[in-house]
Amino acid sequence: MGRAGADRRAPVGTVSRVMDADFFRRWMELAAAAVEREADRLTELDSAIGDADHGSNLQRGFAALVAALDKEETATPGAVLVLAGRQLISTVGGASGPLYGTLMRRAGKTLGDAAEVTPAQLAEALRAGVTAVAGLGGAKAGDKTMLDALEPAVDALGESFAAAAQAAERGALATVPMRARKGRASYLGERSVGHQDPGATSSALLIAALAEAEAAR
Amino acid sequence: MSARVGIVLVSHSAAVAASVADMARALAGGGGGAGGGGSAPVAAAGGTADGGFGTSAELITEAATSVDGGAGVAVLADLGSAVLTVKALLAEGDELPAGTRLVDAPFVEGAVAAVVTASAGGDLDAVAAAASEAYSYRKE
Repeated sequence: MGRAGADRRAPVGTVSRVMDADFFRRWMELAAAAVEREADRLTELDSAIGDADHGSNLQRGFAALVAALDKEETATPGAVLVLAGRQLISTVGGASGPLYGTLMRRAGKTLGDAAEVTPAQLAEALRAGVTAVAGLGGAKAGDKTMLDALEPAVDALGESFAAAAQAAERGALATVPMRARKGRASYLGERSVGHQDPGATSSALLIAALAEAEAAR
Repeated sequence: MSARVGIVLVSHSAAVAASVADMARALAGGGGGAGGGGSAPVAAAGGTADGGFGTSAELITEAATSVDGGAGVAVLADLGSAVLTVKALLAEGDELPAGTRLVDAPFVEGAVAAVVTASAGGDLDAVAAAASEAYSYRKE
């Protein structure tokens, strides 16, 4: 709750500074790079309990997202996230498209047309996005889904983006012993136990990219 | 009383969506019944835009636009990403025509019920109700 002037001089690693559209574009670019880097691993995780397309689906979606951000004008953080969400819904081709798309779009709409947003506003917007994802898919914590990474991440965002990234990573690892209750993996019942959820894994990449964007400035 | 409710069938498979659309049209008889206005428009949105298995928001939007005559559009989807994509488009976007609704119904039986009802001049509520009611048809 400090003064804006003081906030801007806060040292790297704290999350007290405001973020503009450029920051959000960098976040999306870093997320796309992470998805590109980890695509094979995501698909491998998905081949164990899903239909082996999570990596390639997200690769396609995030590549389209970055291309759209290059082409279209996005003046505000909200506009970046709304455009990102629209691209993911229309290009991913699997269930993660509407789920991640809803996360981004709802978060973007919650941010509105502010030119700069605070970490607290981003946390609130992502919480709204995560709630919308839960509503869309009907999943809750413990169902072995992306929510198992996203919910602890959003809870930790108030502390720091790095803490949120760690919480998401821990959340993704915690899906290993869980039994899937949503999506194709739920058909496997007990056989889904022992595998890390691909959606929780990619969610952790998304939050890690946010911490990376923060650390890089 | 002129425009019919449009029906959109969303499946992970282009062949399934197209075949169910054909079957529903055939079973609706094309005659339309009491309304006399002919069959309701039916469009298939199956698979991904590049011909694979999956869901395409673009194909769904195109299909919904193509059958929208102003009386509303009833969308039936098979599972997973097909359902989630339609829901996401309805909840967060403005891509689908006004008066588009995702109907909670079994895909094949619901499609037949929806097309028959829409072809007979039923409004969107009637079409949605008929499609949902197909869940109650037991087979043993």
